[in-house]
Amino acid sequence: MAVQIETVRPKQGDAADAKPDLERIEVELLLEGVYRQYGFDFRSYAYASIRRRLWKRIESEGLTSLSALQERVLHEPEMMEKLLLDLSINVTAMFRDPGFYVAFREKVIPMLRTYPFIRLWHAGCSTGEEVFSMAILLKEEGLYERSRIYATDINEVVLQRAKGGIFPIDRMQEYTDNYIRAGGKSSFSEYYTAKYGGALFSPSLTKNVVFSQHNLVTDKSFSEFNVILCRNVLIYFDKELQTKVHELFYGSLSMFGLLCLGSKESMRFMRYEQCYEQVSGEKIYRKVK
Amino acid sequence: MTTPGVVAIGTSWGGLSALGRILSSLPGDFRSPIIVVQHRSKDSDNLLAKLLQDISDLKIHEAEDKDTLLPSHVYVAPADYHLLVDAGEVSLTVDAPFRYSRPSIDVAFESVARSFGSAAIGVVLTGANDDGARGLARIIALGGQGIVEDPKTAEMPVMPEAAKRASPSAEVLPLQDIPARLVRMVNAPGQMKRKAG
Repeated sequence: MAVQIETVRPKQGDAADAKPDLERIEVELLLEGVYRQYGFDFRSYAYASIRRRLWKRIESEGLTSLSALQERVLHEPEMMEKLLLDLSINVTAMFRDPGFYVAFREKVIPMLRTYPFIRLWHAGCSTGEEVFSMAILLKEEGLYERSRIYATDINEVVLQRAKGGIFPIDRMQEYTDNYIRAGGKSSFSEYYTAKYGGALFSPSLTKNVVFSQHNLVTDKSFSEFNVILCRNVLIYFDKELQTKVHELFYGSLSMFGLLCLGSKESMRFMRYEQCYEQVSGEKIYRKVK
Repeated sequence: MTTPGVVAIGTSWGGLSALGRILSSLPGDFRSPIIVVQHRSKDSDNLLAKLLQDISDLKIHEAEDKDTLLPSHVYVAPADYHLLVDAGEVSLTVDAPFRYSRPSIDVAFESVARSFGSAAIGVVLTGANDDGARGLARIIALGGQGIVEDPKTAEMPVMPEAAKRASPSAEVLPLQDIPARLVRMVNAPGQMKRKAG
């Protein structure tokens, strides 16, 4: 059988200028390699943001292509560790979107008051800023003593940081502003002391918090909750994985339980949309069937 | 060009009136989706989208994650999020601010360049910093087209000056000429061979 070999004109420019389709092949190969070599599954993460994070790593390592990064990652576990942090850490702030906390106080707290015991799941809690924010809110509403917050993340490193309860002191002004606009009832500075070059938050805020590793991509439900908070985490997943995680949340919420999403996330096009009613303009949904 | 691609507009200081000027002049049947990245305070709500809707025939939204990019719809990057695109969809992130900005024009333009290649059109308007310069250069490097508001018509010329410097091949047009140029590029692509500079 004669095989005709086509002459292919070499492409001009470096790999960074490669056409989009080839780039997608390279990204997918890299993520597949990471999964098969190390078991971390980023294959269903939102392409646009994962591409950006990969290119940032490529540039800071002085590399020029996705393939070059692939080679390093597959052969050097240290490079995988760096990439794991790049891909799995989500940046957040205390009382991010103060309007959400105002709505939570107004719409959700009255419902929670009727429960003898409240179980909350903070899914994808990252370095814990929003966990501490919720603990403060529950405390101020007099519900903390009968609450338990399960704070989970895929990444053990960020969980350790969250457990430590130390946050950068230079963010405290911003967090204080957020706290006030979030309807804070006390003085924000009462919750922390300046220590170890950071702001150490009161251990009383974490006494009812259980930090543990949980992978939204692969792990199952581990309990039934009254409230699930997962804000600005699903935006890093593709639609298919979003649907899977919504299934997990639906199965983990008690009847009339509340699901809190980020302000630019929605339930649109999700199979479970009709099982919830939106209780606030902020993205707070109540399971009704 | 079979797909209408995307038009990405970046602006900062003075952006509201410049955006108003452009979006009020574009026809309701404009064939591309438009992405707008306007620097603003992280607490601002969707007022910007509402103000723009009042004066435009296009459909203006504050973007939500996974919104499908539709022709003649305008997607305004929400405050305190980066707006990226992929496969005809919006993809939002809360990654760290880039050079103090979130949303960042550079981040959005870079994503538009990588996703749309030669079907991307980047527009840099008035502003008081150099965000957008890198992103516009990236759009042009990957085969797209760039338009920069003439710094003389800009309320703050710093941003268009920086974009001009970074992308000498971008077209420089007074604000009032940009809408007609966009219509020619998008709705009548047969006539877009002309290259100004």
